[in-house]
Amino acid sequence: MTEPTASDAMRRKTRLFMIGAFAVAIAAFLVIAYGGISKNLVYYWTPTDLHAAGDKAYGATIRLGGMVAPHSVKGRNGASGLEFDVKDATGIVHVKSTGVPPQMFRENIGVVVEGTMTRSGYFQCNRLMVSHNNEYRAPKAGHAVNREELQKMMKSTEGLKD
Amino acid sequence: MTATFGRFLILASVLVSTTGAFIAYAAGAKRSPEGLKWSQRFAYAFAGLMVLATGVMEYALITHDFSVQYVAHVGSTQVPLWVTIVSLWSSLEGSILFWGFILGIYIAGTTWFNRNEHQEYMPFAIGTWLSCGAFFSFLIAGPANPFLSVNPAPLEGPGPNPLLQNHLLMIIHPPMLYLGYVGMTIPFGFAAAALLRGRLGQSFLRPLRASLLLPWVFLTIAIMLGGWWAYEVLGWGGYWAWDPVENASLLPWLTATAALHSAIVMERRGVLKGWTVTLIQASFLLTILGTFMTRSGVFNSVHSFTQSSIGPTILVFLTVILLFSVILLALRIDSLESEGRIESAVSREGMFLVNNLFFVVFTFTVLVGTVFPLVVEAIKGKQMSVGRPYFDAMVVPVGTALLFLLGVGPALPWGKVSRKEMLRALLPPLITGAVALIIGYAFGVRNAWTLVTLLFGGYAMHVTFAQMWLPLRQRLKKGDSFAPALIDAQLRRGRRRFGGYVVHAGAVIVFVAIAVSSTMRTQEEVTLTRGQSTAFAGYTVTFLGTEERTEPHRQSTIARFNIARNGQPVTTMEPRMNQYAAMREPIGTPAVHSTIGRDYYLSIMNIQGDQVGLLIINMPMVGWIWGAVLLMGAGGLIALIPARRRTYVVVPESAPTIDDEAIA
Repeated sequence: MTEPTASDAMRRKTRLFMIGAFAVAIAAFLVIAYGGISKNLVYYWTPTDLHAAGDKAYGATIRLGGMVAPHSVKGRNGASGLEFDVKDATGIVHVKSTGVPPQMFRENIGVVVEGTMTRSGYFQCNRLMVSHNNEYRAPKAGHAVNREELQKMMKSTEGLKD
Repeated sequence: MTATFGRFLILASVLVSTTGAFIAYAAGAKRSPEGLKWSQRFAYAFAGLMVLATGVMEYALITHDFSVQYVAHVGSTQVPLWVTIVSLWSSLEGSILFWGFILGIYIAGTTWFNRNEHQEYMPFAIGTWLSCGAFFSFLIAGPANPFLSVNPAPLEGPGPNPLLQNHLLMIIHPPMLYLGYVGMTIPFGFAAAALLRGRLGQSFLRPLRASLLLPWVFLTIAIMLGGWWAYEVLGWGGYWAWDPVENASLLPWLTATAALHSAIVMERRGVLKGWTVTLIQASFLLTILGTFMTRSGVFNSVHSFTQSSIGPTILVFLTVILLFSVILLALRIDSLESEGRIESAVSREGMFLVNNLFFVVFTFTVLVGTVFPLVVEAIKGKQMSVGRPYFDAMVVPVGTALLFLLGVGPALPWGKVSRKEMLRALLPPLITGAVALIIGYAFGVRNAWTLVTLLFGGYAMHVTFAQMWLPLRQRLKKGDSFAPALIDAQLRRGRRRFGGYVVHAGAVIVFVAIAVSSTMRTQEEVTLTRGQSTAFAGYTVTFLGTEERTEPHRQSTIARFNIARNGQPVTTMEPRMNQYAAMREPIGTPAVHSTIGRDYYLSIMNIQGDQVGLLIINMPMVGWIWGAVLLMGAGGLIALIPARRRTYVVVPESAPTIDDEAIA
């Protein structure tokens, strides 16, 4: 405040330094954040998408949405774990799950399973969610799930937490 | 009839807010006192119309007037009265109307409180608020109109979303969140006014800070209530999952918290004006971004209701206010002259700067993780989300750093600090930190981050308590008697300071409780047949059987469990499955047995005849979070109570007390 010229120059220098430091910090942050995100992506796929992804499916976190194929459910009440097939119009994936399935789990219902594809050819499921529709419409007879509804289901965030 | 009247009120409010905004900006540009008077009248009129319109909607809801579209959409004669009343915010159109209602009250209240003050800034502030009011009126009148007529009117409606009927917390969580979210409009208007006027004087800091602190208190409590609701209702046994709707509420809270801190530096040192204003504007922008994300259906959740058409409209509004803010900042930020400078990095103000840096990093971390999937979907059309490990890995170090600053910052004096002073301030709290660490270790804590959190937490708690009672101790040293010293030093003159440290104390407990409850949690999934028992985490759980209960709006299957410890019965727990008429799937409601140390949590996965699939969770310290956040809210309110006369600020350590106004 006492010597305006000197302090002005000083201030400009400080400001330049601040802007530079800020830019470096932002760049570093973006690199770290991008690394963190790309390592932790969760893909929303249907069985068809999963087959199309090929090797990318192994080890990746996947939220797989589809219908429980008829007559595919095994080990429903046993402690050995649950096995079933998830299918869409053109693909089918075998799923193995541990833990207790939710109340509504049955054949021919929309499900979302979260887990990863193993090289042994089955999908190891850590979380099993039954289509949780927040809209209030009466249950349709022979409820068939179309792709759009599947994707909406996968995006549903409530009740999908660990 | 009701619908027509409602539509009329909304159209009137579009007109009033638009006209009012023009008058207010003109009054600001011309510095016309008469213009200010008129803009105040328009502000009150806008509030009146909004309150009236909301009253009309509540009337329609309570009388089950199904000729009003919104009532036909969410109303039902089968649900209890409280559900009918809170149906106002149970779906899109009503919740936007409720937004307008709260905005109206905020605008009118703030205008009235400052009716004779800050005449320089008020017209621009009112103009900005009413512009926001105009946008929301337009939203209610057009894309989200709850007052459309239905002809012929149905005899019965479906009732609101069953998830929202499932718990009483739904009565308070949404209003709290709205009070927080909508309230951010007020400091935004003040900040815009300061930029438009090109000046931010010392006397204007008080309304600016107060208008930020009030919504901050509401938002703090609302975020906690949302987590608590998820914990009590959703049955997955947690309170936070980095879900986009949760992040949406956290983002403005982070920037607002940063702004509250930088405002203190601004007040004490006359610096960081432009920065504080930027943070305030960011907070408002983030509330609108949050509204876009949660309300437009880009994320499907209990918050997104039906597919709606308001997304693009909100996006346009977001773009407009973003441009408005950025341009205004670019043109005017230099006019908010710094009056001082920061002398030393290792000082109270230096720590404030670092604190702000970490809050901003925190905000960007959450923002990037939340928005990234949206950007990918918009560009590539692929759907994905960012997994929880990203957030945990990024946020835990930042949060720990903030806890560290929460201890070190307040311990350091303002200004230049000598080495000796620094050591004297920083070393003693290490003892409390070490004690907390040892206690945690004795209780079985082994996670490195949790141990560090305990160390920093103990440290910060020591500093917080020392600072909190400093004015009282100074008075007692001077020979004052206890009671008057307590009231005068803590609650009258030092209220802001005291309130601030109460918030800090609450925050320390929250940090520790989050760390402990998330790393010490254990869970098990079991299938039990009637009469069968299982032992888990010190308790024996016995499945006694089920019972059916029918209520007008739902049918419940209640499973009864006996909980025993060392053979002694402790309690009976009754988690349930609720089947709502309008829903395919049943919704579980978990049962929680809370003790001071921990929660024992039972959630039903499924019931098949005599068998029940059960999730048992043992969560230590989780109840501390709810209490500690309430403490933070209480601290905020203590700091908020306006000083009747001048406020005195006590400067730490034997420095003479100085008059707050004298800094100006």
